[in-house]
Formats: sequence, C-alpha cells, structure tokens
Amino acid sequence: MKIIKTVMAAAAAAMFAGPALAGQTFDSVKAKGFVQCGVNLGLYGFSAPDDKGNWSGLDVDVCRAVAAALFGDSTKVKFTPLSAQQRLPALQSGEIDMLARNTTWTLSRDTANGLNFTTVNYYDGQGFMVAKKLGVKSAKELNGATVCVLPGTTTEQNLSDYFRATKMTFKPVVIEKNEELNGAFFSGRCDAISSDASQLAAIRANESPNPDDYVILPELISKEPLAPAVRQGDDQWMDLVRWSGLAMIAAEEKGITSANVDQMMSSADPEVKRLLGVTPGNGKALGIDEAWAAKIIKQVGNYGESFERNVGKGSKLKISRGLNALYTQGGLLYAPPFK
Amino acid sequence: MRAKRQGGMRALIYSARFRGLVYQVVVVAAVIALGWYLVNNTLANLAARGIATGLSFLGREAGFDIGEGAVAYQASDSYLRALVVGLFNTLSVSVVGIILASTLGLVIGIARLSGNWIVARLATLYVEAVRNVPLLLQLFVWYGLVTALPGPRQALQPGLGLVLSNRGLKIPLPVWHETYGPVMIALGVALAGLFFLRRWAVARQYRTGQPFPWAAVGIAGVIGLPGLVFLAVGAPLEWDLPRLAGFNFQGGGTLSPEFVALLMGLSVYTGAFIAEIVRSGILAVPPGQTEAALSLGLTRAQTLRLVILPQALRVIVPPLTSQYLNLTKNSSLAVAIGYPDLVSVANTTINQTGQAVEGVALVMGVFLVISLSLSWLMNWYNSRVALVTR
Repeated sequence: MKIIKTVMAAAAAAMFAGPALAGQTFDSVKAKGFVQCGVNLGLYGFSAPDDKGNWSGLDVDVCRAVAAALFGDSTKVKFTPLSAQQRLPALQSGEIDMLARNTTWTLSRDTANGLNFTTVNYYDGQGFMVAKKLGVKSAKELNGATVCVLPGTTTEQNLSDYFRATKMTFKPVVIEKNEELNGAFFSGRCDAISSDASQLAAIRANESPNPDDYVILPELISKEPLAPAVRQGDDQWMDLVRWSGLAMIAAEEKGITSANVDQMMSSADPEVKRLLGVTPGNGKALGIDEAWAAKIIKQVGNYGESFERNVGKGSKLKISRGLNALYTQGGLLYAPPFK
Repeated sequence: MRAKRQGGMRALIYSARFRGLVYQVVVVAAVIALGWYLVNNTLANLAARGIATGLSFLGREAGFDIGEGAVAYQASDSYLRALVVGLFNTLSVSVVGIILASTLGLVIGIARLSGNWIVARLATLYVEAVRNVPLLLQLFVWYGLVTALPGPRQALQPGLGLVLSNRGLKIPLPVWHETYGPVMIALGVALAGLFFLRRWAVARQYRTGQPFPWAAVGIAGVIGLPGLVFLAVGAPLEWDLPRLAGFNFQGGGTLSPEFVALLMGLSVYTGAFIAEIVRSGILAVPPGQTEAALSLGLTRAQTLRLVILPQALRVIVPPLTSQYLNLTKNSSLAVAIGYPDLVSVANTTINQTGQAVEGVALVMGVFLVISLSLSWLMNWYNSRVALVTR
C-alpha cells in the first residue's frame, strides 16, 4: 500500500507540479523545523535503528549533519525508512527532503529521474572475501580459485570481466539463496566470496563463525559511489546538503574532531578559521549560521570519526578506509576549499 | 426451390455432425485469437517500454563464467553456447539420475516385499521418510553433507588416486594412447558378439529347452577380448592423477559437490516413488504365477526375472514415465545449490539481457522437447512390454 501511495504521489506531483521555485525546499524545511530524511529500512553501518528506535549509521550521519548546520541541532531529523523501489518516488514526490540511502550515483538517476546527487559519502564496489588461513593478500593472487557468487544483474559479469582482464581463471559457484551461498563459503566450498564490499563486511560480521578468520581483499572490481540526493530545482538546498557532507571531510583533513573542535576555534590556521566560522562569510553565503560547520563537527564528528564509529574499527563491520580515505592517504575523499 | 433450400438449412442445423463441426471451428478460432492477442499485446507493451525483443541476444557475448560442463565454454562465448552448456548439464544429471533412481527403486521395491522382516521394514522406513520430505530440503541436506567434507589441503585420499574433499570427488583418468583405438574396436566387437550370443542362446533354448549361460560367457568376452588386445599392444598405461596445485586439485576427472548433491537428492527422492511403483507392479501379478513358477522348478531369482517382472512391467512403465519426467523437471531445483543447469544459466542470461519473456519461453520450450522425447521413448518401450492380445 505504501509503495502504491508513494508512487501515486510521485505521479501526481509529476503531472500537476509546476517548476519548483528556488529555495522552496530550503524554506519549507526551515519553517517546519526538522529535516525529513529518507534512509534504508535497516542496513547495519549505514542506517539502522537500535532497540530504542535511535537511528545510526554513515547515511544517518549525513542527515544529522544537515540538521546541525541548519538548526544547530543534529537531533532535528525525522527518518523515513524506504525500500529500494520506494526511495526515488519518495524524493520526487516531496515526501522526504533528502535521500541518504546507500544509493549509487548514476547518470540516469542524476538526469532522467529528476534528482541531484551531492558529495559521495561512501565509495563501494564489488570485492572479495577470503579465509585468512589461505594467506591471500590481494585479488591478484586468486588465480584458479573457486568463487561463490549470488546471481545478480552485474555481479557475475563483473567477476568474469575481472578475471579475463587479469588473465586469470576461476570457477564460479552460483547460488540463488543468501543463506546457502554464505553456508557454502563458510564451509570452505569456495576459496572466495564476491559481492559489494559493504555487503561482504556485513556477511562477515553477522554470518561467519568467527569474523576474525576472514579478510576482505583491498581490490574493488566495480564502481558503486553512494551519495545523498535531493530533488532538482532547489540549488540552495542542494548546496547545504553538499557542503554539510564536505565539511565533515574538510574537518578530517584539518584534524578537527568532535573532541578538539572547541580548542580549534582559537587556531591560527586561516583555513580552519574560515571552516569553523571564526572568519565569517561561508555561513552567510549558504544562508545559515556562521558556526554551522563547527556544530556539525561538535555534534556528529568529522568524516573519519563517523566512518570508524559506523562501519570501521569501532563497529562490527571492521571495514578498512580503502577508497574512503582522504586523498592524502591514498583514498578519494577531497573537499574543495572553504572560501 | 426456396423451400428446398430452407429444408437444407434446417437439415444442417439439426445435424449433430454439422453443429459439432461449427463448435470446433469456433473454439479453435477463439484459442488462436486469444493467443494472437496475448503475443501481440506483449510485443506492443515491450516496445512501448523500450525493451528489446527477439532472439538476437543469443549471438552476443555472454560475459559470465560457468562452473562446470561437458561442452567447452569460456566467458567470451555467446549466450547460445552458455545455454547449451546448461542444457547438457541438465541432461547429464537427469540421465544419470534416472539410471540411479530406477536401480534404487527396483531394489527397494523388491526389498519391501522381502520375507526378511528387517529388510522389509528398513525399505518401508526409507520410502516413508524420503517421499514425505520436500525435495528442496533434501537437496540442502545433501549439499550440506558434501560441503562439510575437509578442504582440498586436508583432502581424504582413500587410495587408488581418489581424492575426496569439499571441492568434490577427483578421480584419476587414463591418458589416451594411440594403441587404445584397437582396444576400443575389440570392445565393440565383443559387445556385438554378446548381442548375437544372447539371440542365439534364447533361440536355442526355445528350440531345445537347453539353457546356455550366455551372460557369463558374454561378460567374460567383453572383458577378455579388449583385455587381450590391450596386453598384445604392450599394455601402455598412464594415469592423469589429481594433484594439489594452488587452491585446488588439478588433473583427473571431477564430480563436483553440486552435481553429487543434486544427483543424490534427485535419485534418492525419486527412487522412493519408483520403489512404490515397482511394489504395486509386482503385487499386481497374481501369487499363483509365483507358485506355478516355483513348482516348475525355477529358482526364486529366475521366478522374479522371468515370470514376475515381465508381467509387472506392464503396470510399472506408465507411472514410471511420470516419475522420469518429474526427475528431469525437478533438476531445475539446481539453482538452489549452485549446479549450473539450464535454468540457472537462463536466469543469469535473463538478468543480464533483460529479455525475460524470450528466456523463459526458451527454457519452457527446451523442457517441453526433453519431456516429450522421454515420454515418446517410454511409450515406445511400453508398447513393447504391453500385453500382446492374441
């Protein structure tokens, strides 16, 4: 029923809605006093509620950052859990203000679906997990391996492409049911299991007999950039969502954490002063308080803190930074200048 | 003239034969119209959604790998070839499964009627346990069992070059040698000899009543003649032994865990049904037949083989055909345990090309052809064993 309603609403919006006025979403969010954020129904590490109904995760932190920037209070968020089919119509129809639901940024979604993607908050991709006792350190050592894989739209093909491109051979074991596939891998039927890296981490954390016995190899063989999205038509709102995410990355670049942000306010570094609003200008340009970034860092933390807390060392998933490290540490995260 | 024509019309309307014809034409026309509408509507809707139609995707590069298969295949081959690999996998597991299930069913079916209390009860236990548990669950159990074996580096090596691990059963294969040609010819000659020996022996027994041990002589010939030729060419023998290299054993032949699990699941499950069919067939032969045969001096085994089974087969073959068809169709449960059968390969093809209608139609067509061929074969066999009315 909910799906039908959402789709109907989207269709109605498409049929009757006039061109959105600039600032429409921004103003309405500001007026109602909270951000309505679309998240996953429950994906551990990205967006999942705990037993008290408190949401946490890497995607959830983006919603909280936007609330902290706009209202100075990261708790002013209401979450709308969405399935994969519901997520785009929910945003298109205006049921939610922003979508942070491990959604891959693709050209067709960015254009034909009427969305705008902001900054990538997680670079995912298809990877491999192996048992530690095999002593394999890299996917390049998988020549001749047996690989367990779910039949999916591109998973099997990515796998074949990778082995063909590297002139290696492998034997696939393709099983349709998740439980049987995981069982086959953990019983040792396959040398490796291949899926999206974040999925592999979840399988390791939740399904394996002992998570420490398994290691996710560093290579990713497909591109899945996950980014928060907003509706087209309100550039001010898009800027706010984009720069809220970027502020967390910039804070990590500058070594500003939720613990030391108060001391950093008296830093002599002009870039830090601009980021934290000690030197004013950025807040005015975005139409919000000058201390917006300081509040994000204080209440949500920098990107590194959020990563380690939700999917990294501080979580069950134990995902290494990989592509999601700063560009200075071999990753892809790079914040444009805050000036 | 007019009256006469009216009379003709009336005669036509009241003619049951004519009305029957009209009904049939109308029904056939309606079915064709419905079919045409469905096909046309599907095509129109697919076109409206910008979805490609037609079978041209079969020629495109598949781009995915398949775990095992009798046909050589690599990821750069076409979808058609991938589907053929899947088809041969389906056929091989079905054929071997039918042979195993029939053997098992025959043994268990006879065992249920055994005078030995323990044998009969064990057979009953097997039938009741196996045929009342869903096949899918049994497949999971078999797959769990075969993958619970130790890994390749701790593989069981029971001797004779056999290697048993959770990667399957590896068997040593003899390396082909050019002198094997004559050995194969000798084997062919011996098999042909066996065929003619049997005909001669049966004819002689009809004529004179003297039995000839054709089976023993024939088997000795089938083993002996190629054996002699093999020794004559110098007995060159080299084995391709499985050896551990990297992740797994290389060389030799392989029975994969998926194949073994599916084969065991299908054979054991269908075997229970066949056992019941065999039992009903044997019980359908009046006990007087057995008593008469025994009083003629035939042994119990001879009674079963020469008197009971030929008559029981008339009752057995028609339901047996259904079981064979079931086994073949149930092989599509392979997707659940990762055996790359036709359905599994077609699933991936549909996922990648998005041409679900064509893919499913193709699979349905292939299964229809397999089933009809099997059905035709069994009907032919049935007509041979059926009661000949004189």
